[in-house]
Amino acid sequence: MSSEGIWVYAVVRAEHADDRVTGLHGVAAEPIRVVATDDLAAVVGAVGLDEFGHDALHRNLEDLDWVANTARAHDAVITAVARFGPVIPVRMATVYLDDARVRKLLEDRRDDFGATLCRLSGRDELGVKVFADPKALLPQDGHQDDSGPQTGTAYLMRRKRALASREEAYQVAAVEADRIHSTLMRHAVDGKRRPPPDRSLTGKDEVTVLNGTYLVDSDAIELFRETVAALAMSTGRLSLELTGPWPPYSFAGEPIAE
Amino acid sequence: MTEALPAQSDRRIALVDLLDRVLAGGVVISGDIVLSIADVDMVVISLRTLVSSVSSLMADDDVIGGER
Repeated sequence: MSSEGIWVYAVVRAEHADDRVTGLHGVAAEPIRVVATDDLAAVVGAVGLDEFGHDALHRNLEDLDWVANTARAHDAVITAVARFGPVIPVRMATVYLDDARVRKLLEDRRDDFGATLCRLSGRDELGVKVFADPKALLPQDGHQDDSGPQTGTAYLMRRKRALASREEAYQVAAVEADRIHSTLMRHAVDGKRRPPPDRSLTGKDEVTVLNGTYLVDSDAIELFRETVAALAMSTGRLSLELTGPWPPYSFAGEPIAE
Repeated sequence: MTEALPAQSDRRIALVDLLDRVLAGGVVISGDIVLSIADVDMVVISLRTLVSSVSSLMADDDVIGGER
């Protein structure tokens, strides 16, 4: 029984696939190579099952340093390969037993992968998050600081008003987020809203009101950036954050939403 | 009025965005696989257990230096 598995990074067209992976190294610092069929190629590397096998992987997933380094290495290979043509990123930690099984995958899903590569060709993913700062959302009432000894009723009234206005402010922010998303959709081929990341992961006080990601034609990325900048100018109380271009992680799986 | 974020926060955000994509995105393949963490719930749970170590990671993240 082999003690190595085949880590799959991406699926690309077979043409020039070898050139695209020359000199690359993967999650285990292993040299990257391809497993090819007539028209498709899987970008792979051999990894030790002592670190990347079932049990080890489960253990290592609890270690954020390990996850971060592995994620960056996985992404680095995909990003490097994506420079030279369309790429289907494969979900991190997909490990096959041997090359033959990878080849069989390419054969079994030939039409599917082919169609996806066409759809992703000449396009990149851009992420846009919109944050609402709870403090900035609230109306400025400066007399909150000098809330000295006052009656309990007055306090409760004030508290009630504050909560109501906060609720209202979030609703306004949500409407604004919807508007931003639909504007961005007009400048994208496809897009989706993802659940906001855990707030303790982001380390921010702000509330994520939009976690959007968009598939954009490569020659329209500048326009998309300008649109994000213009939207940021048009909204005073929300902040926008643009990331990417990314390989099309979020658009690798399902058919286009149209 | 977007405030400029300190570099450290930028890196933290980059990691969050990266994990959001490599763990939740990408094509999911099933079949003769040793292991695929296709099960999103499992990943989410794992990420939650990782939260506590995020800040300690960020402290020595300089060597990784992802730029997005």
